[in-house]
Amino acid sequence: MNLTLRIWRQSGPQDKGRMVTYQVDDVSPDMSFLEMLDVLNERLILAGEEPVAFDHDCREGICGMCGLMINGDAHGPQRGTTACQLHMRQFSDGDTIDIEPWRARAFPVIKDLVVNRNAFDKIIAAGGYVTAPTGSAPEAHSVPVAKADADAAFESAACIGCGACVAACPNGSGMLFTAAKVTQLSLLPQGQPERYTRVIGMVDAHDEAGFGGCTNAGECTVVCPKGIPLTTIGRLNRDYLTATSRHADTPGT
Amino acid sequence: MAVTGILLVLFLIAHMLGNLKIFSGASSFDHYAHWLREIGVPLLPSAGFLWIQRVGLLTAVLLHIWAATVLALRARAARPVRYAHRKKVRGSYAARTMRWGGVIILLFVIYHILDLTTGTLNPVGDPSRPYANVVADFAPQRWYVTAFYTLAIVALGFHLRHGVFSALRSLGQQTPRGEQRARVVALVFAVVLCAGYLVVPFAVLTGLVS
Repeated sequence: MNLTLRIWRQSGPQDKGRMVTYQVDDVSPDMSFLEMLDVLNERLILAGEEPVAFDHDCREGICGMCGLMINGDAHGPQRGTTACQLHMRQFSDGDTIDIEPWRARAFPVIKDLVVNRNAFDKIIAAGGYVTAPTGSAPEAHSVPVAKADADAAFESAACIGCGACVAACPNGSGMLFTAAKVTQLSLLPQGQPERYTRVIGMVDAHDEAGFGGCTNAGECTVVCPKGIPLTTIGRLNRDYLTATSRHADTPGT
Repeated sequence: MAVTGILLVLFLIAHMLGNLKIFSGASSFDHYAHWLREIGVPLLPSAGFLWIQRVGLLTAVLLHIWAATVLALRARAARPVRYAHRKKVRGSYAARTMRWGGVIILLFVIYHILDLTTGTLNPVGDPSRPYANVVADFAPQRWYVTAFYTLAIVALGFHLRHGVFSALRSLGQQTPRGEQRARVVALVFAVVLCAGYLVVPFAVLTGLVS
């Protein structure tokens, strides 16, 4: 396969950045998308040019590091797939592929296709944890959890924090991520003590980071590589409404 | 957004049911319009209830627009650099057109008040004869009025289709089955309301009501 790539090049946070066209020949359809970029980078290095910077780690679709806007699709055309698990057989010979970084004020570009997703860490730090005793795992039957709750919590816990929801959102909102991190704890007994302070803290941190507001447009769930459902945002909304209308069980208020 | 939207939706239902009185004849329709002014009398002055309702609706509309503006400005600020290649939003057409649809509806509401409340832009323009106003409004030679009315109502339908679902979600609808139900309810509600509003001008246009 011979492909034309238009890639966003930006030497640093201060640089204005631009789309640069590259030709990549002899791409195997069995390559992953990132392997195709590796091939391009090796050629650039041999030619004495600066290779294209992009984030990646596990290349197994579970770490959440890779994140590319491919032809206007977060993680590319295949649903439920991260960019690293996307294969070149999804494209055809002679295609032109546009590759851009996630675009959000809260995700500033560090270089080329690499963005700083520190804003997600700040949201987690604002409440995405439990004050349960740590140590070895407790006996599984000691705390009963309803099957439906366990399933819904697990569905949310599948979030890998890649940021595709923000990238695809017409409002640049990170609400699907925030909702997933709230829901995975609020549905389980271990998450109950901080349930209502958590949701307020995390939504506040989300807004402070410069993400947009959610309008339930539903783009996020379409591109989410882990298929986090849009109903998760409803669970967050319900917790938020309860938290803001009831103060009796919040210490110090 | 959701709370003010629901208040406006409740008004839309009442307004549609009132409009449908036109099929029970001129005297019945005019009597209904007159009765609206008499609600609460003698406790309230004449048209007192209407003014309370107008103030309430105006507040809801202003808060609704304010919330929408805040969301739109936040969305703009959240993505300072745009994508060079952006797919069309794959959610629904309704979700995509909420903002511009809202603007069309606002312009229509302003025209609609000048037309059928104050009578300024109406060929009859007599507040005591609302039936005659409506019939004159949608006469075949004034087809452009009917066209604009239809455009606005269809925009309203799309606005409600996403708006009703989104309001339910904002107020805590949280289960997958509930989501399916909420989407069906929003669609059916939007279609019924559209039909209920459009049947009046088209009845006048075709001579069913004259």
